[in-house]
Amino acid sequence: MSFDWPTALPLIFAGLMGLAILIYVILDGFDLGIGILFAAAEDAEQDTMIAAIGPFWDANETWLVLAVGLLLVAFPLAHGVILTALYIPVFVLLVGLILRGVAFDFRAKVPTERKHRWNRIFFLGSIIASLAQGYMLGVYVLGLDVGFGGMAFGVLVAFCLAAAYAAMGAAWVIYKTEGELQKKAVRWLRTALVLTALGMAAVSLATPFASPRIFDKWFVWPQMLYLSPLPILSALLFGWLWRQTFHLPKPGDRHSLTPFLTLAAIFALGFAGLAWSFYPFVVPNKLTIWQAASATESLAIILAGTVVVLPVIIFYSFYAYRVFGGKATDLTYD
Amino acid sequence: MDPLILSRMQFGANISFHILFPTITIALGWVLLFFKLRYNATGDSAWIRAYFTWVKVFALSFAMGVVTGVTMSFQFGTNWPGYMEKVGNIAGPLLAYEILTAFFLEAAFLGIMLFGFRRVSNRIHTLATVLVAGGTTVSAFWIIALNSWMQTPAGFEIRDGVAHAVDWWAIVFNPSMPYRLVHMLLASGLTVSFLIAGLSALRYLTGDRSESMWKALRTGVFTAAILIPIQIFAGDQHGLNTLEHQPQKIAAMEANWNTGPNVPLVLFALPDEAAKENRFEIAIPDGASLVLRHSTSGVVPGLNDYPGNHPPVFPVFWGFRIMVGTGILMLIVSWSAAYFLKRRHSLPKPLALLMVPMALSGWLATLAGWYTTEIGRQPWLVTGVLKTADAVGPVAGSHVALTLAIYLILYVLLLIAYLGVLVHLALKAAKDGDSSPLPGVMKTAMSQPAAGE
Repeated sequence: MSFDWPTALPLIFAGLMGLAILIYVILDGFDLGIGILFAAAEDAEQDTMIAAIGPFWDANETWLVLAVGLLLVAFPLAHGVILTALYIPVFVLLVGLILRGVAFDFRAKVPTERKHRWNRIFFLGSIIASLAQGYMLGVYVLGLDVGFGGMAFGVLVAFCLAAAYAAMGAAWVIYKTEGELQKKAVRWLRTALVLTALGMAAVSLATPFASPRIFDKWFVWPQMLYLSPLPILSALLFGWLWRQTFHLPKPGDRHSLTPFLTLAAIFALGFAGLAWSFYPFVVPNKLTIWQAASATESLAIILAGTVVVLPVIIFYSFYAYRVFGGKATDLTYD
Repeated sequence: MDPLILSRMQFGANISFHILFPTITIALGWVLLFFKLRYNATGDSAWIRAYFTWVKVFALSFAMGVVTGVTMSFQFGTNWPGYMEKVGNIAGPLLAYEILTAFFLEAAFLGIMLFGFRRVSNRIHTLATVLVAGGTTVSAFWIIALNSWMQTPAGFEIRDGVAHAVDWWAIVFNPSMPYRLVHMLLASGLTVSFLIAGLSALRYLTGDRSESMWKALRTGVFTAAILIPIQIFAGDQHGLNTLEHQPQKIAAMEANWNTGPNVPLVLFALPDEAAKENRFEIAIPDGASLVLRHSTSGVVPGLNDYPGNHPPVFPVFWGFRIMVGTGILMLIVSWSAAYFLKRRHSLPKPLALLMVPMALSGWLATLAGWYTTEIGRQPWLVTGVLKTADAVGPVAGSHVALTLAIYLILYVLLLIAYLGVLVHLALKAAKDGDSSPLPGVMKTAMSQPAAGE
């Protein structure tokens, strides 16, 4: 196969977009999850949980803007088709994101007697946004089918993704806190893990059976052999993490970041599976990445910028995480 | 109602609500940097107190800007798929560069700027403030480049019905871009100046005479007094640029129905598009010719030259007048306040009372100005390339109407909450005066490791 830019660029951008979505799901996953867990936390714990995500959530959400932005700029046709098909769920997602984003700031600045109201809004916004994302994933997996079965499946995935985010949130709390709250987070993690595993299994089974094309991509020898590490490794990681929840927190706070990293790995494996299923389509069974792509010269100029800027972004994102490393303490402006 | 007008209303509502907050953060970042640099230079804690008060306003405005900005990034696809199909090759890279060079920069260093005062060295904290302020301005650069390209497209060619880039320099620095960028950055500066002056006036009225109040008040008033004449000049130049490149917009702004010399400057009128005339007109003879052509016999374009191809007259005419009227009021108020602060070292109560509602004058002028220029672009989405009606998506009108209604309710509630918090923060700062504890401020700024490290 000879190398040519018109073929390579859409592929590169599909990869970049996938990377942006994966980073978004992992990073905003933990702060959305913490919003969901707000419902189960005491007042003082809520402040600590907010402090654990305060300096990061803005940057986390920017990965969503990048992912949608890449879809918009690299695959404009797909952007239009997907987003008009998902008009109402996108709207619900946006309302959720607006509510939680502002609640985050309002709760710290309003007179104390109104803080509870904004705590509730923070929870509501987080759960709404998570459910909307899950629903959209479910409907997308079924090829944007909005029949009754599609909707029901969307609802199932919605709850499972919300659970997965809650698991991420709990894992982040384990990493960023200590004492009673940390122990509580371990229990949250254990509960959320069950639903997460259920959700991943449901999506994994539904995807091939919803589309013969995807079925053929998975259940053909020898692809089956090469692909088998994905589900097997995911299952092993789930089992191992489940057992870990009975031993956490460990003396000296060892392995406090492990649950988060394990979950991130599981997300990455699941995501790789989805990517394999849908490749080369960006709108399932309708538009391939080449059909939906922008003009080569436009992609080239974006790529040039991306290659220069993305490493810098990753570098200073790490720096920001390092500045606020360690256990979460009170967030103050002064 | 049809999906086109509903989609326009929805996009208009979303972008109007969105622009309120970047308009604040673009300039407020630089004002915060100014507070910080004064503190670094003088060691006067009143400066850092002003910083801490206003950084909270920045944080809140930034959050509002981010979440409403996320909405915008989806709206292109949900409501206007035809836009990216036709001009995605141009708009795409501009938006991508905004995300890559501005959004991440702002978002990553915002945390350090807001919560990092006790975690990083003072120098890094100042640097974070610079980077966040720079990020907001770079973001304005890219989005204004795109918007200006839609007004005065250049540097492209149409192949197979789709716009392709030919000359990126010409695309970014298209004919109206430098004017619009300067006009918008100054608008942001004025919005923030009046916001700071207005909320400081509120503190003044409650009896607060603390150093931090004076410092914020002076900063707001003097910045406004300096920027407003520059803005009036820049606005005039922008108008002349529009006359050259979008004469039909000028015709609508002036409600001038017939091309010709000796065109009057209409101060008040109710433009009647059906009858093609102005009702209840009050005008200065030869005024428009004089302003636009610098000669009483100068020829001013009229709407008769653009049948079926000019924007609706009423909103453009009135949007422009509200913007200019607000600008003149800003000039009077800021110069009076500057005079009293300079000569009398005090504010007369009536003036302070007037300055409080004027805190939002920048918002009013900015929105009125954007309505003028955006409605003034109609019926085109991209002038001469794509009509708004051809870009709208296939979504049912009922869906658009429902979501529009919920957005509007949400925005009204958020606006009330936002303004409530601003007043609350000002009153709290007034109560604290110069006496609230500043745990992180020492003679020299320190680097303090976080617990657990």
